[in-house]
Amino acid sequence: MPARKSVLNVNVWRGRADGDYQSFDVPRQDNQTVLDVVTYIQRHLDPTLSYRFACRVGVCGSCAMTVNGRPRWTCRTHVSRVMTGGDRLEIGPLGNLPVIKDLAADMRPFFDKWQRAGGKFEASTDRHKPMAAIAPDSPKRAAASKAIECINCGICYAACDSVRWNPDYLGPAALNRAWTLQNDERDAGHAARLRAVAADGGCHSCHSHQSCEAHCPANLNPTESIVGLKRMTVQAYIRGELEAEVE
Amino acid sequence: MSSLRLTTRLYLLQRLTAAIMAPLILVHIALIFYATHDGLTAAEILDRTRGSTLWFGFYQLFVISAAIHGAIGLRSVAKDWVTPRPAALHTVMWLSGLALLLLGTRAVIAVIAPGAH
Amino acid sequence: MALSQTGHRRNALWTAAFIHRISGVLLALFLPFHFLVLGLALEGEGALGGFLKWTDSPMVKLAEAGLVFLLAVHLLGGIRVLALENLRWREAYKSAAMIAIAISLGLGAVFLFQVI
Repeated sequence: MPARKSVLNVNVWRGRADGDYQSFDVPRQDNQTVLDVVTYIQRHLDPTLSYRFACRVGVCGSCAMTVNGRPRWTCRTHVSRVMTGGDRLEIGPLGNLPVIKDLAADMRPFFDKWQRAGGKFEASTDRHKPMAAIAPDSPKRAAASKAIECINCGICYAACDSVRWNPDYLGPAALNRAWTLQNDERDAGHAARLRAVAADGGCHSCHSHQSCEAHCPANLNPTESIVGLKRMTVQAYIRGELEAEVE
Repeated sequence: MSSLRLTTRLYLLQRLTAAIMAPLILVHIALIFYATHDGLTAAEILDRTRGSTLWFGFYQLFVISAAIHGAIGLRSVAKDWVTPRPAALHTVMWLSGLALLLLGTRAVIAVIAPGAH
Repeated sequence: MALSQTGHRRNALWTAAFIHRISGVLLALFLPFHFLVLGLALEGEGALGGFLKWTDSPMVKLAEAGLVFLLAVHLLGGIRVLALENLRWREAYKSAAMIAIAISLGLGAVFLFQVI
């Protein structure tokens, strides 16, 4: 087995969408993560490199970037894992989002769609009423719990080709969140949210590629959540409950 | 029609026609293998299908389902890869659907209607 | 140089979905020709039979085997989607996609051997 080189050649995206990759040589370390590499470049080689991070330990999702073409949490991506065959590492901003600068993508469209899909809990009662008695193992609660750990890192959104092909597609994360709320019996916004996810750009734009599921670092399954939404919309349609939008 | 009823309706029709066609296609594939295995000629094939109400029903159902399924499918592909404009998608869908329906029905009549010539 | 962001496609399920879509488009484009050929029967068995003679060449046989593959792969991939959307979620849906493609290739191959 050839000796591992002591230097990594890294291509990092610079500029906006019309920018280009810039090459850096970074000392190779054991147990080095891609975030370590980016940090090294910014601290020792080029202080003008822009990037985002926060927790560094895989719980916040801020460091999501495109690594060798795939969206990943860079703090949890060991360099040795992605350097299969060749010593080149390519790092870019998260896909399917406008580029602000270098490795920082504009997350606003992602969060706008979260709102548009009805990602907000609508209260049906207030603090003076007794707590809702929801059994944790009830089917609806179980369905919601399965999908609730999303931290909005945007990786599923970046990996989704339906998002890439359809600018108005709400995307896996937003729909996954909508699904958890549709299963929350305390929430009062079911009808409006169902209309939001049944509209053009909603759950029916999903073609079940399952790229979201394949890339989610939290092991969530937005495809399954979207399938649940599709079923809800069909049932509502058949029962005549899917009202026409008010023009 | 509002967009959300339309998208849901198209989705439902797509899945329904798929479910209808699944068994029909299995029969069709079996037929293809049967016909080619025995090396049947056109005359022999037509002999067996001509004047049969069963085959007429079978293939006409197939044609109608395929026309709807194909039209909605092509609309999805056009929406993803060509244009998001509703009017253009509408045209693609109806043109392809009608073309498949008309040509398909003509083919069914050609092959099954008794003594069509 | 442009941003390289399509690495997520290096995954079996994406390929399966892509094959499903392309097979659908190709079948939709092929169908009108299929209908027109069958329509030749309107002019008598001679017209259809004459055309079918023309299809005796190996190239055409290969194309027909390709069509059998397209039909089978679109059908099996479609059944996978119907199962995924209507039945309880299973991990097996991933391997089902691969099995569908394998069976379809097998059917196409068998057809080819039969007609060549």
